[in-house]
Amino acid sequence: MTATGTFAPRPGAAPLSRMIRAQAALETRMLLRNGEQLLLTVVIPTLLLVLFSAVDIITVPTSKTGGEGKSVDFLAPGVLALAVMSTAFTGQAIATGFERRYGVLKRLGASPLPRWGLMTAKTAAVLVTEVLQIVLLTAVAFSLGWSPHGNPLAVVLLLVLGTAAFSGLGLLMAGTLKAEATLAAANLVFLLLLVGGGVIVPLEKFPGAVRAALEALPISALSGGLRDVLRDGAGVPWADLGILGVWAVLGLGAAARFFRWE
Amino acid sequence: MHEEPAVEVHGLVKRYGTKTAVNGLDLTVARGGVTAVLGPNGAGKTTTIETCEGYRRPDAGTVRVLGLDPLADAADLRPRVGVMLQSGGVYAGARAEEMLRHTASLHAHPLDVGMLIERLGLGDCGRTTYRRLSGGQQQRLSLAMAVVGRPELVFLDEPTAGLDPQARRATWDLVRELRADGVTVVLTTHYMDEAEQLADDVAIIDGGKVIAQGSPEQLCKGGAENTLRFSGRPGLDLASLLKALPADSAAAEPAPGSYRVNGTVDPQLLATVTTWCAQHGVMPDRITVERHTLEDVFLELTGRELRA
Repeated sequence: MTATGTFAPRPGAAPLSRMIRAQAALETRMLLRNGEQLLLTVVIPTLLLVLFSAVDIITVPTSKTGGEGKSVDFLAPGVLALAVMSTAFTGQAIATGFERRYGVLKRLGASPLPRWGLMTAKTAAVLVTEVLQIVLLTAVAFSLGWSPHGNPLAVVLLLVLGTAAFSGLGLLMAGTLKAEATLAAANLVFLLLLVGGGVIVPLEKFPGAVRAALEALPISALSGGLRDVLRDGAGVPWADLGILGVWAVLGLGAAARFFRWE
Repeated sequence: MHEEPAVEVHGLVKRYGTKTAVNGLDLTVARGGVTAVLGPNGAGKTTTIETCEGYRRPDAGTVRVLGLDPLADAADLRPRVGVMLQSGGVYAGARAEEMLRHTASLHAHPLDVGMLIERLGLGDCGRTTYRRLSGGQQQRLSLAMAVVGRPELVFLDEPTAGLDPQARRATWDLVRELRADGVTVVLTTHYMDEAEQLADDVAIIDGGKVIAQGSPEQLCKGGAENTLRFSGRPGLDLASLLKALPADSAAAEPAPGSYRVNGTVDPQLLATVTTWCAQHGVMPDRITVERHTLEDVFLELTGRELRA
């Protein structure tokens, strides 16, 4: 190669860590810049927390440890679960579905960033967004008089496993359905699970058979597990972790198997 | 170290369901030039390019890019090859400059982003999100993303489709500069003038095969014959003229005083005609030479009927 001009070839990939960091930063900015997504991830959970704590629309069950339970003690764990679902499942499914549709995933496939690097970056963006959500929602809950209990490690374990389960399902949807179908389905699922996943409506309100089915959902496992720990001070909620683990393995496995990049 | 061609495709076959998109295609692209791949819609251009980019797995045949297998050696190849897709490839909510800076950050020795933005006239829309860019601006951003990593080889799929004349010129200038600086460029296009302007080598694809390949000059010379017209007094002795011309020529007087000579129109033939006229006391008026353009050759080879 004798050429020395501006465009003279000098190829090379950036160091992996730099690529993944850059990609994670970009993905996070894309998530936070999207107005409709912010409605789902921030506005709706915050509104639910404030509204249902202030207004006694739903009679919340009293705490198992005795005494009258405050609404916020019931609601805060559910809304935290909802926040995880909104980002890891709904937001990620819709964003990734449109990235696939508009050739973003295809074009990134030709860049030096390996696919697993892209998925790592996406996960990082989801986690960063969740941290921001949790900080905000926790602050709001405290201002409403929330008094959480329990082992923080169990909470983190639930949040991480819940994120894995919802990410797998979201990516499965984004990688197999058309972008418009993903948009519609992800929003519908969000709404259905908001009502039927123990987020604001206690599962005890549903008839026995329905309740058993609902309890197997990842959102119910996450909201139930968080509530057991944060409200009732339970130890590690192995049953709920088990349900989330199964969903995570199934969802991520199916996504890895069926995801189409174009 | 650069003995092997930039791209070497042998017997490539690619089917989508029952439809055969590429049907035993052979293509060799030398290093360091501009190769234009031409062909009607559905001829197999994009499938061929995307196989070279590692997006498609060949059903048969071999593909080597910079001596490597686009699928098995993808990790080694990706930093060395720049890709411009026919459309899309950018987050709808990403700003133009932000996306280009990001693409640059995935490479070890990227070009100066500010310089590229200016060169491609994207300075005014650097803060504009992709979804609000015009089609031409989106194309130019995509081109910038293909070259920012200083690749050895770039694949440009219809780089000037839908561009205004100014933007087309800017793109052409950039391609010429890439070539001058030693980058191998493979582009597809529907614009024959683009191929004539830019390409050292032209490959015409139809029905999933390369049906002609060569420099624009070679392709225009070969096959198609050219035409020389002149006017003079009516009723010249065409038999005498024909005797002076090379054997493969033809001469006719389609309208009184209007003459047409078909054959291999080169300087020698022109001299022969004017000499014959001088010998016969004829002043040839309005001499015009109609050389076949690449478009003529293309239509001759691929037919004139519309494609799906």
